[in-house]
Amino acid sequence: MESFFSRYKNALVLIAVLVAQLLALAVQVKRPASDSADQQGVTLIRYVVVSVVTPPERWLHNLGRGIRGLWSGYLDLVHVRQEDAELRTKIERLQLEQASLAEDAKQGQRLQQLLDFKQHYLYKTLPAQVIGTSGTDQSRTVFIDKGAKDGLATDMPVVTADGIVGKLKDVFDHKSQVLMISDRTSGVGVTMETTRTRGILKGSPFGELRVINISPDERIKPGERIVTSGGDQIFPRGMPVGTVDRIVPDPERDPWVDVVIRPAANLSRLEEVLVITNVGETASEQETKDLAESEAEGAAEQKRASDVLSERLPGRVDAKAPAETNPDTAADNSGENVRLMTPPRPVRPDQYSPDATPQAEEMTPGERRAPVLQGTEDIVAPAKKPAVATPTSPTTGDAAKGDSSVPGTAAKKSVPTTGSTTVPATKTAASTTGTKPATGTVAGSGIAVGTAANVGKPAKTTNGNSLQSGSAASSTGSTRPSPGSSSGTASASMSGSNAAGAQLKTKVIVDGPIRDAGSGDTRAGASQASVAPAKKKAPEIVPDDGSRPPGAEKPVVQKPKPAVQPSEQNSQPAQAPPPNGGRQQWR
Amino acid sequence: MASTRREADDQSFPLLIYLLIPALALGLQSFVSLHFPFFAMLDLPLMVVIYFAMTRRSPATSTIGGALMGIAQDALTRQPLGVFGIAKAVIGYVAGSLGVRIDTESHGTRLLLTFLFVILHNAIDWVLVRHLLAEPMIWNWVRELLRALINTLVAVVIFALLDRAKSRE
Repeated sequence: MESFFSRYKNALVLIAVLVAQLLALAVQVKRPASDSADQQGVTLIRYVVVSVVTPPERWLHNLGRGIRGLWSGYLDLVHVRQEDAELRTKIERLQLEQASLAEDAKQGQRLQQLLDFKQHYLYKTLPAQVIGTSGTDQSRTVFIDKGAKDGLATDMPVVTADGIVGKLKDVFDHKSQVLMISDRTSGVGVTMETTRTRGILKGSPFGELRVINISPDERIKPGERIVTSGGDQIFPRGMPVGTVDRIVPDPERDPWVDVVIRPAANLSRLEEVLVITNVGETASEQETKDLAESEAEGAAEQKRASDVLSERLPGRVDAKAPAETNPDTAADNSGENVRLMTPPRPVRPDQYSPDATPQAEEMTPGERRAPVLQGTEDIVAPAKKPAVATPTSPTTGDAAKGDSSVPGTAAKKSVPTTGSTTVPATKTAASTTGTKPATGTVAGSGIAVGTAANVGKPAKTTNGNSLQSGSAASSTGSTRPSPGSSSGTASASMSGSNAAGAQLKTKVIVDGPIRDAGSGDTRAGASQASVAPAKKKAPEIVPDDGSRPPGAEKPVVQKPKPAVQPSEQNSQPAQAPPPNGGRQQWR
Repeated sequence: MASTRREADDQSFPLLIYLLIPALALGLQSFVSLHFPFFAMLDLPLMVVIYFAMTRRSPATSTIGGALMGIAQDALTRQPLGVFGIAKAVIGYVAGSLGVRIDTESHGTRLLLTFLFVILHNAIDWVLVRHLLAEPMIWNWVRELLRALINTLVAVVIFALLDRAKSRE
């Protein structure tokens, strides 16, 4: 037996060493996740080796860093001032950009809060120096000079200003091992920025970065940026990873492709990295402070820009200008025109005017809103006074002012009304109303009182017509007054009066609301002027066909008040129509 | 160069060399690769294992030494401990066994053996990773031959430097 061991000593040693290591491998590989924490024995071995290897590396690294610092900080200072100025300019520009983007970011955060999606911020980072690597291209790991004593822990993300680097795997007291994203055992959840395609970024034995198992998509083009998706619960969302280099088919899964990317961070030349030690849901104090400073500087810059603009452009409000005698009430203190919040008040309210239509609860189904009156009136033959309806007439002038929508039209039309050139209009009126023109029956709408008043003032013959003045073309009493209709009405009476002689009993039908003299409407006032003489002989009201409200056996036409003086009419401003649109309720 | 077998058997190194050279190999491999990524193609620990195995001519000692060197190299990586340990243990055993039988002092022999040992080492490593650990690893002949050639050329220079550290008894 002794000779056996001595004879096959070397082979037995080899077998023993191999078996021992195979068993060790089996124990290590048996663990379910390859990236999980190592066993205590394995960690101890790694710790011993790293403790032996890294101190010289750190010493050499610090030596080289000192030499570089001495050179770059004290010797190589060419163009430093120029670079300093450029950097200051760049900082100002970036602060402005940050201020402009702050609102968008806040809006995005609000929207994310609405979606109950928690945004994670980079709360705290720790800079670290890379002091060594694994030394083999089969394992892409580096060592940094910070460890558990500095607050680092396993699975903390490691980044640079350009993009992500990897995550911490083994953390010792004063050093840590970083598993880079190019390692074949690493995995990072990523998203393509344009197509929003999600995938898993894996390393390869040759150090290539690939987003594996991607369905073929023509939209994925080289150069597209790839960012972290946050799905791995390690890297914050939206951090740059790299750009698409090319798309290669996956030989093992035929329809799928792999996207080879070019890392954003220079993984082969790492010197300084940042370890994200804390990820919170709120911005850090320093970030908040920087953001506030940026916003303040951005506001100041915009204010300066507005000052320059105001110097170059004429001011909208000249402080030296004399006080405005007729200030624009629609302008505020800054001179900006203020848009009216309510529509302008109608000069001639009708049923289409605002608030003209009664509320639904005030209406009764089947109720006739426009009363109809019928009656007879003795129409006195007109005393032919020439040119009584001159434009200088106060009444006409008032009416013209009252009818501001058609200024001067009514007055101008009033002149031919008194003449003999109104026959066509008379025919139109007679044919439209459907009543007997021979009897001088006039049907009109009370709405057009004002318009008729323009023509009613000149002669008494138009009084009755003016009382019931309105559109002869309308039998509903709700049409819009028109100059033609009013003139037709007047001419009808004229023709009636001419045919019947001086004394004529005219049957009067009033269809439509009757204005109260005190309603304040200038048209009512105008009608009062024309109606005033009719007080001598009130029309004889006869019951109509039942359209009159019950209980009013003999309705009385609302008599207008005595004629208002023209001066009062002039001074009476146009008031808002009553809630019922100017219509008077029958009692 | 040893002229006789007796002279060759008397070759040894100070104890500090056995400790310092492997540590220096590991440190340089880790540090230089940080600044020169191309340096990762070299395998300084493997060169040290080959050199000491061929010089010591003790397969058992070279096996253990190779295993320890490989485990230390594994400790710097993320792969399980033992992958490089197994590969370098085998290389140490073979190199120590050949050192007993042939003259490994000549540069030609060193070139040829080192070239073969590098390829063998990478082959064992590939088998272990690809089939034992079931991790994707591609064997590229061109790449492996180029790596072996570069390692061999560098190894000849390093072997010549280490020869100066020999202490002849």
